[in-house]
Amino acid sequence: MENQGGASVGPTTAVVEEIIRKCKKDLQLVVTQNIKVLPGLGFVTRSILASNLQLKGRLYGLAAGIRPVVQEPPTPEKDRVLSDSLKHPDFFHVSELFTLKDLFDARVHHGHKRGCRHRLMEPYLFGCRLEQDIIDLDQSVLHLQKALNFTAHCAYRKGIILFISRARQFSHLIETTAQESGEYAHTRYWQGGLLTNAHVQYGTGVRLPDLIVFINTLNNVFEQHVVVRDAAKMNIPTVGIVDSNCNPSLITYPIPGNDDTPSAVKLYCKLFKMTILRAKDKIRQMDLLYGHQKELPEPST
Amino acid sequence: MAAGGGTFSALLRRCRRCAVLLPLQTSPTAGWMPSLGRFICSSNPLQKKSMAATFHVNYTEEFIKQQIEEFNIGKRHLANMMGEDPETISQGDIDRSIRYLFPSGLFEKKARPIMKHPLEVFPKQRAVQWGEDGRPFNFLFYTGKQSYYSLMHDTYDQFLNIQIYEDKLREKGLFSLDTKPVNLVGSRWLTKEELAEMLVEQISDYDYMHFLQLLERMLTLPYCSIKEEYVLKFRRKMEDQSKKQKVEPLQLDENGIAFCKGEGRRKTAKASVTIRDQGNGKITVNGMDYLLYFPSLQEREQLMFPFQFLNRLGMHDMDCTVQAGGVSAQAGAIRLATSRALLSFVTEREVEPMRQAGLLTPDPRVRERKKPGQEGARRKFTWKKR
Repeated sequence: MENQGGASVGPTTAVVEEIIRKCKKDLQLVVTQNIKVLPGLGFVTRSILASNLQLKGRLYGLAAGIRPVVQEPPTPEKDRVLSDSLKHPDFFHVSELFTLKDLFDARVHHGHKRGCRHRLMEPYLFGCRLEQDIIDLDQSVLHLQKALNFTAHCAYRKGIILFISRARQFSHLIETTAQESGEYAHTRYWQGGLLTNAHVQYGTGVRLPDLIVFINTLNNVFEQHVVVRDAAKMNIPTVGIVDSNCNPSLITYPIPGNDDTPSAVKLYCKLFKMTILRAKDKIRQMDLLYGHQKELPEPST
Repeated sequence: MAAGGGTFSALLRRCRRCAVLLPLQTSPTAGWMPSLGRFICSSNPLQKKSMAATFHVNYTEEFIKQQIEEFNIGKRHLANMMGEDPETISQGDIDRSIRYLFPSGLFEKKARPIMKHPLEVFPKQRAVQWGEDGRPFNFLFYTGKQSYYSLMHDTYDQFLNIQIYEDKLREKGLFSLDTKPVNLVGSRWLTKEELAEMLVEQISDYDYMHFLQLLERMLTLPYCSIKEEYVLKFRRKMEDQSKKQKVEPLQLDENGIAFCKGEGRRKTAKASVTIRDQGNGKITVNGMDYLLYFPSLQEREQLMFPFQFLNRLGMHDMDCTVQAGGVSAQAGAIRLATSRALLSFVTEREVEPMRQAGLLTPDPRVRERKKPGQEGARRKFTWKKR
């Protein structure tokens, strides 16, 4: 008698999480980890975990390099559309959208002065020149790729993306970016309970954002924006540009980079817009692809 | 079992993270299914809805439409029953018929049976702001004040467009500072209430102030005339106050002399005045000459003021009757009555200066009553420390 429930969901998830925490560099792992958080991906998690449960005994290598032979049960077309996107580490080719030189030209490496430096940002800094911190662009490139990949996956699954910034200089630009990419923005004064008291603020049955993107983590008085904490409370993953005076700890995908220069912010807006539009185009492509394939067997049956 | 199956599928639908589908024969207990191993049912915290909010019923559009149809049909039935004409039955007839058919002794009038148009019965609700998939329609929905902030966004768009236009002109070398400004004469900015009505949203004072400041900033740009119609959407015409004055037509008496009557009040005094044309400045008050009736200069100046203002000092004869009030009050009452009477002799262009001089405004000040515990209307008794 197969002990299917021997590797029960509870401890297995814990084991998986531990492995993921250790091997954080692998993109696929990070995506898998955060699938659990998104509500829209329930059935994908179910299919992945179910397929893992079918393995006898312990859960093998989600560690880097070792891939288990997963016998996937025959999934319907809709599941194929979603599960295909998880098979490649860079399904949406976001790494082709920018190079390190683009970041340098947009002055992303400029940090604040030494006195404004946040303790937790020290790992991301390359060094300090004439009292001004320089952000390590090699790390920024990696972080940005991960963040854009995650954003693309969210948009692919028709998640709601909310752009947050409190810099008045870029408020209009960010709102326009959000509007043109079909997503949402909030660059105004944040009223207390917009996320935590949503049913009272908006009405019953409201759908909260599935991803929050910060172009400025700090608000007008140089304190951390309330949304960082509220999103963590409401289990909403966050992507954020963290400057050398910001606290990156609560943000799921921090992107160390400059958030004050117009050229840098324009670059970020352009990149986010391109990823989201790319992901949305991909939905249409995949639907056509699988819709086309579905038509073929029908005449034969 | 069918009921059990129904609740189980409902449970599954709610719990998005259930690991494996079970065959439907098993009887479910929330969370613990002993036969096929442990399956933990966990639901997303975002899915939990508060029970208290469920009594707010959402009236859908189809529901309201259906109610309106039923109301119209019911109206015709009622008319047939009561012997009225179904085409021309009015709301008053409906109310009377309902009161006749369903006599109610209830004290609370709102609890009695009513038959009214559904749009009056069902409260107006803001349409649901998101679609079937839960995605809101407006890109600024999550700010809480979507209409106001999208208005600010659009206005700033217009502002930037003007600046872009100016930059283009500068490139070509055609930029100049002497441009036609937007004509704002005779109009005012819309009030906070009007803005709230326009946006179907509550506006705070600061929001309103910021919006007006943005529009003012836009008007300071030299080339703001290209966005004139956008700005004029937020201006309202001010009505001419002088047009509100009622002007009595001139009457002719038996000798062919034009005359006009006027009435005025001040404090308790009431005056009624007849002004005749082609006179030489004779004024009679209660049958007496005005020099005898008003010995003081101050009161006589009040009588003269309307004529002096219109440069008609020796041209009219005046006959007035005045009751009640004191000396100054009577003089003020006669002055107001005179101005009103003179309106008929005067051209339209002169009415506005008269109004601005205060000749046509009745003085609202009356004697304030004495209050108990005080010596007078405002004066308190002397305060004694001990």
